[in-house]
Amino acid sequence: MEQDVHRLKYRELPGIRFPVPAVTSILHRLAGVVLFLAIPFLAWLFRLSLAGPDGFARAQAWLQGPLHGLLLFAAAWALLHHLLAGLRFLAIDLGLGVARQPARRTAWLVNVVAPLLALLVAGVWG
Amino acid sequence: MSRKPSGLRAWLWQRLTAVYLALFLVTTAAALWLHPVTGFADWQARLAGPWTGAAAGLFGLALALHAWVGMRDVILDYVHRLWLRVLLLAAVAAVLAGSLFWMLAALLPAGLTGGS
Repeated sequence: MEQDVHRLKYRELPGIRFPVPAVTSILHRLAGVVLFLAIPFLAWLFRLSLAGPDGFARAQAWLQGPLHGLLLFAAAWALLHHLLAGLRFLAIDLGLGVARQPARRTAWLVNVVAPLLALLVAGVWG
Repeated sequence: MSRKPSGLRAWLWQRLTAVYLALFLVTTAAALWLHPVTGFADWQARLAGPWTGAAAGLFGLALALHAWVGMRDVILDYVHRLWLRVLLLAAVAAVLAGSLFWMLAALLPAGLTGGS
């Protein structure tokens, strides 16, 4: 009991080590919010691309605009991290990779592979 | 997340839509990579196909549902003032409903007029 009281009063947040799976988890949430914010823009772009040959050309021009490299990298990272971390969570739901060591390893893998793949996507497309 | 039976149902929908979204995204990315879109006519003809059109429409629906459950969780976790909560939830619902309507409205004419 006494230990619980102590734990509740602990205020030295910078002293707490943030475990890797927690980083994966909070980034999954952050990426999800970023993707939500992208939805209206993507719906607008989709509509534009189907509005006719002119609209298609304008949508293409939008995707190849001046900021497209950075935006594309950010969007690709958000999507890839959300997708990979999501697949990891689904696997954990099924009882796969639940133990501490595999959970840490797959969390590292997601955190590292998502930005690398995003760099590749932005590089190939841009 | 897991409060009341409605929380469990939301959790289940989130997982079901996640599986469909992942399958759609990976197969679509592979298809676009192997067969890049050549122009407007090609783009329109592809989306006018009954299967691709239905798959894309279902993607929009699944995405809206998935984003709703996720944003609802985020707002319920971090926003505790009731009026702000209601305001933000309404804004999210409006954005998602509007986006879905826009997407389906763009998709339906492609299915009706394209593909010829």
